[in-house]
Amino acid sequence: MSRLGGLLRWETAVTALLIVVFAGGAGFSPDFASNDNLSFALDDLSEIALIALPMTLLVVCGQVDLSVASILGLCSALTGRMWDAGMAIETIIPVVLAVGVVCGLVNGLLVTRLGLPSLAVTIGTMTLYRGLAYVTLGTGAISDFPFSYTDLATSSIPGTPIPYPVALFAVLAIATGVVLHATGIGRSLFAIGAQEDAAYFAGIRVKRIKLILFVVSGLVAGFAGIVYTLRYGSARADNGLGLELTVIAAVLLGGVDFDGGKGTLGGVIAAVLLIGLLRNLLMLNDVSTEVQSIVTGLLLIISVLTPRLIAVARETRGRRAGARSAASAAVP
Amino acid sequence: MTIRLRAPRRLAAVATASVLALGLAACGGTTKNDSDSGDAKAAGGNATANPNAPLKKGLKLAFLPKQVNNPYETIVDNAGIEAAKEFEAQAKEVGPSDASASSQVSYINTLIQQRHDAILIAANDANAVCGPLKQAMSKNIKIVAYDSDTNPDCRDVFINQASSEEIGRSEVKVLAEQLGHKGEIAILSATANATNQNTWIKFMKDELAKPEYSKMKLVKVAYGDDDDQKSFQQTQGLLQAYPNLKGIISPTTVGIAAAARYISGSKYKGKVALTGLGTPDQMRKFVKDGTVKEFELWDPKNLGYLAAYAAAALSSGQITGAQGEKFTAGKLGERTIGAGGEVILGPPTVFDAKNIDQYHF
Repeated sequence: MSRLGGLLRWETAVTALLIVVFAGGAGFSPDFASNDNLSFALDDLSEIALIALPMTLLVVCGQVDLSVASILGLCSALTGRMWDAGMAIETIIPVVLAVGVVCGLVNGLLVTRLGLPSLAVTIGTMTLYRGLAYVTLGTGAISDFPFSYTDLATSSIPGTPIPYPVALFAVLAIATGVVLHATGIGRSLFAIGAQEDAAYFAGIRVKRIKLILFVVSGLVAGFAGIVYTLRYGSARADNGLGLELTVIAAVLLGGVDFDGGKGTLGGVIAAVLLIGLLRNLLMLNDVSTEVQSIVTGLLLIISVLTPRLIAVARETRGRRAGARSAASAAVP
Repeated sequence: MTIRLRAPRRLAAVATASVLALGLAACGGTTKNDSDSGDAKAAGGNATANPNAPLKKGLKLAFLPKQVNNPYETIVDNAGIEAAKEFEAQAKEVGPSDASASSQVSYINTLIQQRHDAILIAANDANAVCGPLKQAMSKNIKIVAYDSDTNPDCRDVFINQASSEEIGRSEVKVLAEQLGHKGEIAILSATANATNQNTWIKFMKDELAKPEYSKMKLVKVAYGDDDDQKSFQQTQGLLQAYPNLKGIISPTTVGIAAAARYISGSKYKGKVALTGLGTPDQMRKFVKDGTVKEFELWDPKNLGYLAAYAAAALSSGQITGAQGEKFTAGKLGERTIGAGGEVILGPPTVFDAKNIDQYHF
C-alpha cells in the first residue's frame, strides 16, 4: 500500500501553516521571533514533543496510550520522593526510567496478552498511575533540585534558541523517523495499523511489536517526567495532568490516521511546533485562554475532517468519470 | 522475517541508549546535601529605596491569578486593575484556565517578553514559578506575590491577606460580643494538622486566656477535615455532647457553611452563636435566616488594591522590598513592609446582614 495514499499531503499543509504562523508572528509582534521567546516556547514543548514520538508509532500501529501523562506524573513524584530521601540524582534517573518501562510493560502486556483494546487499558492505567503518584508524594511538592540539573533543563545551546531538552528531542526524532520510514519495522507498523490480521498472516510479530512500543512509550514518558520535574524545579503528583490529550491532538493534527496505517513523523513534528508557536503567539497578543483552546480545538477538527472530505470528493469524481473502481482510492 | 524480529529490539535499544546516555552524562553523585540549589536572590539586592519618589505614570502591571474565571481571584484582580487607574498605569489580568502547578510558567515568560514593569502573582506552586520569576527580576521586572506566596527568593514583596494573629483574636472577640463574654464554646476546624487553622487556634486560645474572657470556656476543638459531610456530623456531635454550648467558631469556609446548615435546620437555631471564616455567597442564606449574625473574611477588593499600589511603589523606586520600608497605598493609607518582605492587608472584614449584599464571591 502506498503511504501517501494518493491524497493531498496533509503534513505539507501543516508545515505551510507553521511557516505562515511563524512569519505572521514575527511580523505582528517584534518579541515573537526573539531568541529568548523562541527558546521559552520550544522549552515549553519539551515533554509534549518527546512523548509525541512513541505516540506517533503507536497510533500508526492502530494503538493509543492515554496513560503517558500519568506515567510522567508518577515518575515526577518518584523523582521528588527519592531526592527528598537523600538519593543521588544519578541513581534516581535510571530507577525512574525503569519504573517508566514497567508502567509501559503493564500496558503492553494487558493489550497483547489479554487482547484488550489499548484505549480501555490505558484509560484504566491512566487513573491507576496517577493514583500511585499521589500515594508516592501526596499533595505536596519537592523542589530543592540541584541547580546544575534544573539549569540544564531550561537553558539553551549557547547562541541558539534551542533548549537542551529540545536538542535531545531532535536526536530522538531523527532516530524515530529513520525507524518509521526507512526500516522493515516501520513498514511492519504501517501494515499492522492498516490491517492487523493480514500483517499477522504475513508473518509480522504483531504482539511483540506492540509490546515493545508500549514499553518505549512508558520509558519516554518516564524520561519526560524527569525533564518536567527539573524544568519546573518542582516534583508533584499532579504534574503533566491532561498532557496526553495535547500529545494526541498533535499526532492527529500531524496527519496520522487515528485508525492506524497512515501518517508521517514529519507531520507530527510540524504539528507539535504549530500548536506550541500558535499558543505562544496568541498569549503574546493577550488572547484569553478560552479563545486559545477554541483555536486549538478547531484546528484539530479541521485536521481530522479535511482528509476525509478530500477523499470523499475524489471518490465522487472518480465515480463520475466512471474510469476505475472507486474502492482503491477510498479511505478504509 | 529475521529483520523484523531484530528491528523492534533495535528501536528499543536506540531509545534506551539515547535516554540513558543523557541521564548519565553528568555522573558524580549529586544529592540533596550538596549545596547546589542556586538560592541567590536574583536582583535588586543593592538597590536603595527613595521613599519620596513619585509614583511613575504609564506603568504596565499584569495580574497572574491561580486561574482565570475563579470568582474570588476575579474580584481581587479587578480591584487591582481599578486601583491602577488611580496612578495612571495600565493593568491587565492574564492566566491559565487550570490551577495546576506549572501552567503559570508560560504566562510569566510571555509577560517578560511583553516587558511589563511588574508581575503580580498568586502562585499555584511556590517553587515551580521560581525560575522564570527570577529571570523576570533580573530584567528589572518587579514581582508582587499576593493571596498565595512564592518562595521568598523569587518575589520582592508578598501581600498577606491577614495576619494570623488578627484572624485568631478577632474571631474570639466577635463571638464574645454575641455571647456577652460568657458560656461554653467550641471550635470546628479543618484537619488536625492544617497549618493555617492551627496557627489561628493558637491565637484564639491566647486571646481566651485574657481576663475579660474568664467566663468563657473552650470545651472542645473538633475536626471536620474540610469535608462538608464530616463537618456537618461534627457539629451535630458537639451540640449533643455539650448541651450548654453557647457558641462555635469555625475558621474554615467549609466548616462554617456545614455548621450553619446543621444549626439552621435544628432546634439550636438562634440559641447557639456561630462565627468564623466564610465567603458571603456561601453564608448569605444563613445570615438572612438569622442562624449567623456575623462572620469574617478579608476583603478581596482591598487585597488587589494594595497589591497594585505595592507594585507601583516598587517600580517607582519608593520601596525595594526590605523590612521597615513604608509606602502609601491610596485610600488604604500607609503600609510598612514587615519581616520576610510581607505586607499585611489589615484586620479582616466582618460581614453581617447589613453589608453582605455588597459582596459576591
